[in-house]
Amino acid sequence: MKHIKQQFSIFSTNPDLVYIDNAATALVPDTVVKAIATYYTEYPANIHRGLYDISTKATRAYESSRKKVADFIGAKSDEIIFTSGTTFGCNMIAQSLKSRLTSVDNIVITRYEHHANLLPWQKIAQEIGCELRIIDIIKDGEDAYTLDMQSAQSCIDSNTKVVSIAYVSHVLGTITPVNDIIALAKTVGAISIVDAAQAVSHMPINVKDLDCDFLVFSGHKMYGPTGIGVVYGKKERLSSIEPYLLGGGMVKEVTDVSGIWKEAPEKFEAGTPPIASVIGLASAIDFIRGIGWENLQTHEKEITMYAHEKLKEVVDIIGPIDLEKRIGVFSFTILGIHPHDIAEVVNRDMVAIRAGHHCAIPLMTYLGVPGAARVSFAAYNTKEDIDILIGAIKKVKVLFTVK
Amino acid sequence: MDDILYKEYILELHRNPLHKKVVPNAQMEAKEVNTSCGDEISVQIYSNTQGVIEDIGHQGQGCAISQAAVSLLTDFCLGKSVREVVNITDEEMVTMLGIHISYARKNCALLGLKALQHAITNTTI
Repeated sequence: MKHIKQQFSIFSTNPDLVYIDNAATALVPDTVVKAIATYYTEYPANIHRGLYDISTKATRAYESSRKKVADFIGAKSDEIIFTSGTTFGCNMIAQSLKSRLTSVDNIVITRYEHHANLLPWQKIAQEIGCELRIIDIIKDGEDAYTLDMQSAQSCIDSNTKVVSIAYVSHVLGTITPVNDIIALAKTVGAISIVDAAQAVSHMPINVKDLDCDFLVFSGHKMYGPTGIGVVYGKKERLSSIEPYLLGGGMVKEVTDVSGIWKEAPEKFEAGTPPIASVIGLASAIDFIRGIGWENLQTHEKEITMYAHEKLKEVVDIIGPIDLEKRIGVFSFTILGIHPHDIAEVVNRDMVAIRAGHHCAIPLMTYLGVPGAARVSFAAYNTKEDIDILIGAIKKVKVLFTVK
Repeated sequence: MDDILYKEYILELHRNPLHKKVVPNAQMEAKEVNTSCGDEISVQIYSNTQGVIEDIGHQGQGCAISQAAVSLLTDFCLGKSVREVVNITDEEMVTMLGIHISYARKNCALLGLKALQHAITNTTI
């Protein structure tokens, strides 16, 4: 997989860069940059109503990108809505479902959630006066950091209207048993939402197999550009919710006093969408398909195993031990050294890692750590990258004289 | 050789921060959070009737930079008047710290100063 780095110009301009902050954003291959540049240099027109060639070309590219995204997750084209990212997707779904909730209802999320899938629900729960329930994680033992299914069973009851869960924890790397949670949601008739931001570039996703009502993700965590995200919604769900944004391109008829919405997906895409980024996202899917899921997963598993083996000798990993239950995202601490100091010192060896609360303050509080350093791997990472990371961590410990 | 950022005195202040304690009968206190990492520093001040700081302390968690900065700051403030220290500028704080601070670490260096200033401005002086 070493040749993968050759597909990213950043590694020619920065040959010593060890980029292992992929859970924050993945790097972008040259093919994606080229797809975006081609749009801007050859057909940079607005989509839909343009009756000239370059607008037609742009519309075709935009809609064929939608088809590509749909195929990528086993959906139909009209179930794919382009947004600005996962955060927008979570807010959009939460606001769209708000009118269905009353004070006797409850909303269920997990302890893993990123602020993007926590705060919108927290606010709605406050406004409606309904309960926000949090499925806990197991604290100790072999299964530590995995989702507590007993807690899930007690949280999800006949008053549960919404179950919104992270597919993969962006802090712990844990893979959530999404199928089991969605099945539980179904037994009580609750709407199920999956935040797949951290899963989408690491494992094949099929929304029909998952049978969730909604699934959201971002382009920039899967080798695509920033500013583009996707909301998948089951057709019947999308037809029954009101649009979150109103404006151009989403109405059939308008009078002085009212409008009639188009069908999904247009209904949810008011205004000029990020056309170039949509085209870039389709190109990112081609990049993933070009490697192939089998190759990608074999490689990432190997890197994850190697990283786990090496990291546990030098740091305290916060996350599941069972490698079958996690992906290559490792948060860690070193006793007596602040995560920012770790990140600052490893950066001197061109190792890019993240440090802090990772936009999951309640999870960090629950874990009893003010912050952690985090490394996260992608297709282009190599064992050599991990060796350089370990060497850099050892330098941190020497500097701060931790034996 | 001394590290450019983590100079020996910075590391020493990180290991053994100055004035890291609760101040009895403090009339002024405030907590400040560094939103990028979640670190918290609270500063407590006891001043006499002339407004001279007779006791000062800080609590909380932080990186080597923030801990060294708040140590040096509280040490500087001891015996000075609140009116004098409330106007310490960001630049003066960085100078006091004595190391080059990158853009990314500026909030770390200034966390204690913000807490100190809020402690004073929240109280009528």
